[in-house]
Amino acid sequence: MADKEYDDIPGTFVFDADRSREGYNLNQFCISLRLQVNRDAFNADENAYLDAYPMTAEQREAVVKRDWNLLLELGGNIYYTAKFAANEGINFQNLAGKMTGMGVEAYREMMLNGGRPIDGNRTKSEWKED
Amino acid sequence: MARVTAGVGCSHVPAIGAAMDTGITQEPYWKPIFEGFKKSREWMKDQKPDVIFLVYNDHCTAFDASCIPTFALGCAAEFKPADEGWGPRPVPVVKNHQKLASHIAQSLILDEFDLTIMNEMEVDHGLTVPLSVMYGDVGQDEDWPALVIPLCVNVVQYPPPTGNRCYNLGKAVRRAIDTFDEDLNVMIFGTGGMSHQLQYKRAGLINKEWDTKFLDLMTKDPVAASQITHLEYLRETGSEGIEMVMWLIMRGALDEDVTEIYRHYHVPASNTAVGHIILENKV
Ligand SMILES: [Fe+2]
Repeated sequence: MADKEYDDIPGTFVFDADRSREGYNLNQFCISLRLQVNRDAFNADENAYLDAYPMTAEQREAVVKRDWNLLLELGGNIYYTAKFAANEGINFQNLAGKMTGMGVEAYREMMLNGGRPIDGNRTKSEWKED
Repeated sequence: MARVTAGVGCSHVPAIGAAMDTGITQEPYWKPIFEGFKKSREWMKDQKPDVIFLVYNDHCTAFDASCIPTFALGCAAEFKPADEGWGPRPVPVVKNHQKLASHIAQSLILDEFDLTIMNEMEVDHGLTVPLSVMYGDVGQDEDWPALVIPLCVNVVQYPPPTGNRCYNLGKAVRRAIDTFDEDLNVMIFGTGGMSHQLQYKRAGLINKEWDTKFLDLMTKDPVAASQITHLEYLRETGSEGIEMVMWLIMRGALDEDVTEIYRHYHVPASNTAVGHIILENKV
């Protein structure tokens, strides 16, 4: 596949049609947890609940492990995974603390100090990533 | 005739709604955010809009991944606040001006904007938080002071509509409202943003300088704002900052020449830069 112009933004997944296709069943599982009746069913028997969503073995493992970054790598989108996280008692800000690897406290502190600056965070070359 | 009197740009961070719903707006973390809306609430009381045309995005609430309309207009009689995973917000059901909504739907489609029409829809924080910050606390059993026509824009799956498309849609919304034969004071809200990234390792990105420039352009040079590329939004304002294309629909519905009445900017609310602007058409 041709390179996409947004592929050199560091630490970011752009949820485009390709990711949407790959993540479809995973995201549909996540959004199902929006409703209490489904949250109850999932919390009562996780394995049986997941059987209804034909995701890949890798995606299912990422769900079981609550690996928030891997979920995104495998086609999850943050607005969907945040509904799964909410069921675990994790809000958007604490989820970001986890995904950035900073931890909740350091992340909150960074935000209070004006957030992550744009300088040094525009391109993968600035992060020495490719 | 119906007339568009003013536009409001406003972030719609869910945690802001949660702060109001749990009564912690006076805590040091939240206080400066809500102080910044005091003047706006007074202005709303003076202006008394009959209808708010409210542009927002659904955050995988009413729409799951099975159906992703680029523009979806709420034409139902009312819209219930949705459970987004932590229980519905304790705010009133949103009531529509159904006649105006269907007039706008018809007018926009004949104006070559191919809308999706929603005759059943729940609304999430994207719609209710801007109403809450602009009106203050309104009890669940009361009514919102204005009728609301929701317009959902897809900004979740890339690509959202371009800024230019949004700006032109705003102009078409204006043409539709201008030809509606009822004496109504209509306001238009463009919501979302400002700079923020919720996901992965670059989460927490804030770009105050860019946001300030965007607010300036909203007032003085909306055409330039309409030409901002998706790549620039993604890179400079974070993957979720691209929500700001929705402000251009609001701006397109106003006159070219507007008066900036008020502005408020604060970092942070949760992961996000809170931005707010009030623009009035000159009479
Ligand atoms: Fe949003």
